[in-house]
Parts: sequence; structure tokens; C-alpha cells
Amino acid sequence: MPSPLFLFGKKESKGARKFVSGDSIFKKLTLISALFILVLALLIFYELYSRSQLSISKFGLGFLTGVEWDPVHQVFGALPFIYGTVTSSIIALIIAVPISLGIAIYLSELAPRRFRSPLSFMVELLAAVPSVVYGLWGLFVMVPWIRDYLQPFLESTLGFLPLFQGPKFGIGMLAGGIILAIMIIPTISAVSREVMLAVPDTQREAAFALGATRWETIRFAVLKYARTGIFGAILLGLGRALGETMAVIMVIGNRPQISLSLFEPAYTMSGVIASEYIEATQEIYLSALIEIGLLLFIITLIMNVLARLLVWRMMRMFRGAKE
Amino acid sequence: MPERGTMQSKSGISKTMAVLAIFIIVIGTVATYYILNPKTTITLNGAGATFPEPLIKKWTSEYNKMNPSVVINYQGVGSGGGIQQIKEKVVDFAGTDAPVKDEEMTTGYLVHIPETMGAVVVAYNIPGLTGSLKLDGDTIAKIFLGNITKWNNERLVALNPELSLPDQNIFVAHRSDGSGTTYIFTDYLSAVSQEWADKVGKGKSVNWPVGVGAQGNPGVAGLVSQNPYSIGYMEIAYASLNNISYAWIKNEFSGEFIEPTLESVSKAAEGFLDQMQEDVRISIVNSPDPEAYPIASFTYILLHQELNVYGEKMNFEKSRALLNFIWWAVHEGQSYSEALLYPRLPPEVIVICEELLRSITYNGQPIITS
Repeated sequence: MPSPLFLFGKKESKGARKFVSGDSIFKKLTLISALFILVLALLIFYELYSRSQLSISKFGLGFLTGVEWDPVHQVFGALPFIYGTVTSSIIALIIAVPISLGIAIYLSELAPRRFRSPLSFMVELLAAVPSVVYGLWGLFVMVPWIRDYLQPFLESTLGFLPLFQGPKFGIGMLAGGIILAIMIIPTISAVSREVMLAVPDTQREAAFALGATRWETIRFAVLKYARTGIFGAILLGLGRALGETMAVIMVIGNRPQISLSLFEPAYTMSGVIASEYIEATQEIYLSALIEIGLLLFIITLIMNVLARLLVWRMMRMFRGAKE
Repeated sequence: MPERGTMQSKSGISKTMAVLAIFIIVIGTVATYYILNPKTTITLNGAGATFPEPLIKKWTSEYNKMNPSVVINYQGVGSGGGIQQIKEKVVDFAGTDAPVKDEEMTTGYLVHIPETMGAVVVAYNIPGLTGSLKLDGDTIAKIFLGNITKWNNERLVALNPELSLPDQNIFVAHRSDGSGTTYIFTDYLSAVSQEWADKVGKGKSVNWPVGVGAQGNPGVAGLVSQNPYSIGYMEIAYASLNNISYAWIKNEFSGEFIEPTLESVSKAAEGFLDQMQEDVRISIVNSPDPEAYPIASFTYILLHQELNVYGEKMNFEKSRALLNFIWWAVHEGQSYSEALLYPRLPPEVIVICEELLRSITYNGQPIITS
């Protein structure tokens, strides 16, 4: 690795002529592009922070614990939205992780070779469907199904839990969680599949050589080896679930409340911003909405950084193993 | 292999030539257009409320057919955005559902011109019900407060003796996005129910005591039509275009139940003509006119009282074009209302609009003198 100063051509006074033209200019241009992303993220953070000052100074930490959201009387608390975002994402993970891992294991280990490409393609195609389409499908197909079949079933079997009591509208936290699960399955399964394919074949061969069954090979040679990467994939899915807006707005019921029941309506952070931002004319109201944006930015940033770090660590491990 | 290289560079050159040729043709066409059409057009920009957007878009296209030299743009960015843009002098006129208070006019006085009216209907979905549901203000408030939870509640039965109301829970749907429709509806509930005024109040977004929120008129309509035994509120045009049943509302002054129609909405303004002489920024819910539908509101066009605040972007000629367009909109423009399901402004209100338009000046000079 040359020193970073190389990029600015400072140490290259001798013999640098052959680099002067295309290469060094191109390198600088790409460096600027890379820095641009960093600057952009910092500017977004700064802008969100400075524009939520009014709300931060008025409500302080009480903003995080307040449960009231009343634009008419200008009382703003973010807890119901944080609760809605986190809970719907957790429901989504509970549903999506087992299914996604099943898809990934099948595609990387078990599926006949000629099915692998078309099936992987289908999974990636699902990731490209716009979220508002999922929302429409959710509202017109999934919600009536939840109302007429899933909720009565859950109530009759698990109704002793407070989670599955309450009004049976179809719309609510459960619907929000399920639609998110459907939306993050492609992300989690595609990344997990890549990670499993990256496990060196020597691992599998070693396991087979020791007399392991197929299941044992997958469990000890593949899953154990790939676990950090899979965890990263799950966090990527979680990141998408936390930020998803349109599809959730359409099925979650948009009611800022904290209720144990999954049948009750709830509200998410991105949902309230998208819904109320346009017509928020008072300054403190706008500032409170921007502060919710700031909180969401921080939460998703942490999740994504964590996910990236895990995936990178895993990749480095493989490189070490192969050499 | 070298042959292939030359082939590639040849095709590369012809590609560059093709791109250049297209570029030249485009530039040439644009230049010719501007040479043949010297710049005589006046462009007027507006932004704001989405509710009157279809009507304003119709006006701009019809007006442009008659006056090809005036081009008018309107962007439905929401009332809040419209108010902000006219305060920052980005647009020449703005549309808003809720009026701007004096103390909020930080960058010059804004004249409010009522351009049309809106009405909100209480829509419901009760399977098997024949005939229209009848409601009064206090009962609606109690349903949306969560005090009345069953369709066969005695108050509902007393209002609808001829209907057989089911023993079912009421599913309440409301808007989740900030909207003028919510403002009109909660303004009405605050006017007819003290409990509503104290507990919830009025606004574009409120802290709903019960119910499920959905995005936009289509969202609420979707909730109501999909959930049996539901109730919600929406823009009158949206409900009638989508064949959603809506209730007749009791006029508190005559005791009659009024069907929401374009005429009965128009009547709501006629109950407030005296107050309008002093200030048009009034609420017209719960109108004292005996035939008026009570959940109605004006929607306004905002104009700067003194048009020289725009500096170089405005001149006398442009300000006259602007006022001529608005003048036309409140007169001839009203004939396009019914087809788009907007009520017509009553003639008395148009007279008030004329006076308001005459009060607008450029450098202190009145613009419309006739």
C-alpha cells in the first residue's frame, strides 16, 4: 500500500510522469465520490439534529418516554412510535428468520443444481418489488385473511395470552409484523445464501469424511462456520424492517399506543413522519417529527454498522481459512 | 484481434457522431422554437392544498386555452407547503384549506380569496341496512370519543327509528395523515360537542381517542368498505365517486336531517354572509341556514396584499395577469365546479371575492379598477 499522500501526488515528484494522466485523476475522482457519501451522512445527521433543537430543548429526555402525541395541544412523546417500530420489527424477525434460513440452506446445500439459479433469481426478484405494492396486497388480501382466519385461530388456541386478545380488525401490530416479515425474507435469505456458499468446500468434505450425516454437515460445518455472516444478514433485514414505511402504514392501523395485544393498532416512527410531516405547520410540531427522524436515523445507523462489521469479520475469517 | 480493435473504435466513433447529431438536432429545435416564439408568455406559479387541485388544474388548462400567453402551474404540495412557499415568495399564489392567522403572516399580509368549498361526509358500512343513516353532531362526537360503541345504542336507535340497527361493535376509521378533511371534521365536532372541544380539539392531526388510522381519503374509504360495521369520514366527492354510503346530518337550527349535496353545502356559506363581510377567514361548520349541510368549509387562494414584495420577479403586467386569472376563477371558473363535484360559490360570496381582489395593489396602485 502506498501512503495516502500518493493520492495527492505529493511524494511522486520523480518518475511520476507515467501516472500523471488517467490513473491518478481517476483515483482522486473516486476518492471524492467515496468521501461524498461520508459527508452526506454527516450533513443529514447535522441537519436532523439542528432542526430538532426546538423539540429537544422543550421536551428533553421526556420525549423518549412520553406516551402522548397530541398535535392540537402540542404535547409530543415518541415512546409509542419507538415501541411500534421495534415490536413490529421483532415480530417480523421471529417469522422471517426461520423461513429465510430454510430458503438459504435449501438453495446452497440441498437444491438440485438446475433449480438453484431460477429459485435464487425469484428470491432476489421479491426484494425488488416496491413496498407500496406489498402494502396494497397486504390491505386487500392479507388483512381480510388475518381477520377472518388467523385471528380467530390464534384467539381460540393461544387466547389465554394477552398477546392474542382484543379486537379482531385484521389491521394492527400483527399485520404490520407479518408484512414486514414477507418484505425482509428476500434480503435475509439472499445474503445468508451468499454467506453459506462462501463456506469452503473443505469444511463440508471434512465433515463427510468424519462420517457426518447431511444434517450434521449442514449444522456443524456450514451453519456454525457461517453464523456471524448469517447474523449480519439478519441485522440487514432488521435494518430494512426498522425503516420500512409505506407498506406498514397501510396495515398497522396508525394509532400511537402501547398495547400488549398484537391485535391492537400501533404506529411506527417512519409512519408518523410520512403521515404528518406535510401538514405540520407549527414549528414545535415539525421539530418533534424531525426529532423522531433523528432517533430513527441513529437506530438504523447502529444496526447497519453492526451488520456490516459482522459480515466483514466473517469474510476476513474465510480469507484466512482459504490461504 | 487487431481487426476487432479497429472495428470497435470505428463503431465507437459512429456512436459519438450519432450522439452529437441528436444533441445538435435537439438544441436546434429548442433554439428555433424560441426564435419563432419570442418570449411574451407570463408564467404564474401556485402551490398548496391538494383538495382543490383537480379544480385548479381544470381552471389553469381552460384559462390557458383562452389566454395562450398566460401559463399557470399549480402543485398540490399540501396547505402547509403552500403557505410556506407564498411566505417565502416562491409562488405567486397559494391554496390552503385552513386560513392563516394574522400573527402567522410574518412576511406581508395575505389576502384570502374563497375559491370553492369542501364538505366532509360521515361514511359507514352496515351490511343489510336499507335507507340512509341519520346522525346528529353530538352522537357523532360520542362515537368518535368512544362513548358510543355499539350500533344499536339507544341514541342511534332514537335517531333512526325506521332502521333495524345491528347489535355490533362500531369500527371507527380516521385519517392518519395531517389533512384539511380532518380539520373540517374536528372543527365541526368541536362546535357541536363541548366534551370533544375539551378533550380533543380541532386540527389537521388530532389525538384520536379511538379508532384506526389510514392514509388519505382512499385509505379511510378502504377501511370502511372492507370492515363491516365501520364508520369514518371523508371528502364528499370521494365518497360519491366510490359509491360509499354516507349519513344525513341533523341541522341543529332547523332540526332537519340534511343530505350532503352540492346545493346543501353551498347553503352553508349563506348562513354566514354577515360575518364574511368583515373577515372571510371564518369557520362555516354548523351553519345557521336551515337547509345547510353542517360539515362544510371554504378553501382559499392566498395572495400577497401588496404585490411589489416579490421585487424583480413581479411587475404590473404580471400582477394584472395574476388577478385576472383569479377573478375569472371565482366567476366563469365556477361553472366547472359541479362536473368535478365541487359546490359553487354563492353569488353573495363572489361579490365579497370581488372586493377582496380590488384591495390588492402593486406599488400602492390598485390593479383591478373595474
